[in-house]
Amino acid sequence: MTDFDHQQTAHCESGAVAALLRHNGLDLSEPMVFGLSSALTYAYIPLVKMGGMPLLAYRMPPGRIIRGLSKRLGIRFHFERFRKPADGTAALDRYLEQGYPVGLQASVYWLPYFPENMRFHFNAHNLVAYGKEGDDYLISDPTFEQPVRAESVALQRARFVKGMLAPKGLIYYPESTDIPTDLHQAIPKAINSTARMMLRTPLPFIGVRGIRHVARHMEKLSPANEHHNKLLIGHMVRMQEEIGTGGAGFRFLFASFLQESAGILNNDGLAKAADQFTDAGDEWRRFALYAAKMLKGRSTLDYRKLADQLRTVADMEQEGYRTLLALDLR
Amino acid sequence: MKLDEVPQDDSKSFEGQRKRLYARNADGEYTTALSSGWEAEDVVLDQAVEEYNRFAREARQRVQQGLSSPLEYHMYAHRMDITVLAQATGFFRWQVKRHLKPAVFRHLKPGKLQRYEEAFQMTADQLRTLPPDDQ
Repeated sequence: MTDFDHQQTAHCESGAVAALLRHNGLDLSEPMVFGLSSALTYAYIPLVKMGGMPLLAYRMPPGRIIRGLSKRLGIRFHFERFRKPADGTAALDRYLEQGYPVGLQASVYWLPYFPENMRFHFNAHNLVAYGKEGDDYLISDPTFEQPVRAESVALQRARFVKGMLAPKGLIYYPESTDIPTDLHQAIPKAINSTARMMLRTPLPFIGVRGIRHVARHMEKLSPANEHHNKLLIGHMVRMQEEIGTGGAGFRFLFASFLQESAGILNNDGLAKAADQFTDAGDEWRRFALYAAKMLKGRSTLDYRKLADQLRTVADMEQEGYRTLLALDLR
Repeated sequence: MKLDEVPQDDSKSFEGQRKRLYARNADGEYTTALSSGWEAEDVVLDQAVEEYNRFAREARQRVQQGLSSPLEYHMYAHRMDITVLAQATGFFRWQVKRHLKPAVFRHLKPGKLQRYEEAFQMTADQLRTLPPDDQ
C-alpha cells in the first residue's frame, strides 16, 4: 500500500494540490498554493442561482487553483474525465495499483463520510485517493482530521453525479515536479494579479466594487420579504465561513500567504499588508457574528448595520490591495 | 484572528470532527488551529438544513392530500430543488414539474422513473411511497 502523508488543510482544492505536490517532492504550504494561484476573489452573481440563492464566491471557481498554480509555476497537471462510470473506476484502480495517489473531484452530498448536516449538492469537492483495501478506497480528504474511507459504489456515485460542476469522474495529478520553482518571480505576479482583479475588474459585482454592490443591495431589501432576506443573509455567512475557507472567506489564508511571502522576498511591506488583510478578515468575522445574532433574534434585524459593516470591509480591503500594488513587486 | 480567538463551540453538526482555521500566534505569526465549530456558523447551517426540512414536511402533507406526487417529498428530503433535480436527471425543469403531479407520476414510464431512481439512489417502490414520518 502506498504511504501517504495526510495533512488536514482549510480548503479542499488547495489542500489536495499541496498534498499531491508534497507526495511528489515539492513542499508548498496551503497558503502558498492558494496565493500563487491567485484564487482569492469576491463575486456576487444574482443571475446564477444555487438552491434559489445568488452565486456568491470568496474564491475563484473550482479548478482555478490547480490550473492557476500550474500556469504560475510551470507544473503540468494531467487531467482525465470519463463518459462511463465503470471506466472511471477502472482507471482509478489502475493508478492506485501502480502506487500513484491521485486527486479526485466528487459531490459532497454522496460522500459517505461527511456529517449529515454538511451534506449539500456541491459537486466540486476535492480529495486524494491513495489506496484500496478490499472494497474500500483509502482517502486523504484535506478537510478531515484523519484519513477516511469510502466503499467503491459510494465513491463512484459521488464522482459521477450530474448537474452543475459535474465532476465526470475527474482524476488529476502533477506530471512533473522536478522542475525548479522560482517563487521570487511567481509571488509578485500572483499578488499583482489578485490586487488588480479586486480593484480594477470592470464589472460592478466583482472585487471591492462587488462588496459595495452587495452593501447597497442589502440596504434596499424590503422588510416585507423577511424570510427570504434572512435566507440570503444566512447564505452569505455560509459561503464566507463554512465551505472550507479557513475563516473569513479565505482572507486569513491570503494574509498567511502574504506573511510567508514577506519572509521569502524579505519585504516588510508585505508583512504590513498581511496585517491589513488579517484586520479585514476580522471585520468579515464581525459581519458573520452580527448576522448570526440577527438571524437568531438576539438583536433586531438591521439591514443598514450589515451594509455598513460590508462597507467597512470593502474600505479595508481596498486599502490592502492598494498597499500591495504600491509595493511595485516584480 | 488570534489563536485564543479560534472558536471552540462544539458544533453538533461537526459530529465530533474539527476543522482547520488560520490564526496568528502571540508573535503575530500565522499558524493553523483546530476549531470544534463556531456558533455563528451553526446558526446559518441550521437555517439552511431547516429550510429543506420544512419544504419536505410541507411536501409530505401535499402528497398525503393527493396534491403532489411523492417525488416532491423525495426531492426536498435529498436537499434538492427543481433546478438541481432537473440537472441531476437530465430532464427539463418543466418535465420535473409535470412529474410532481400525482396523475402524471403514477403513469411514468420505467425508463424515466429509472432516472429518478439513479438520482436519489432509491428503488421504484421507495420512490412511489413516503417513508415513515421522521419528525
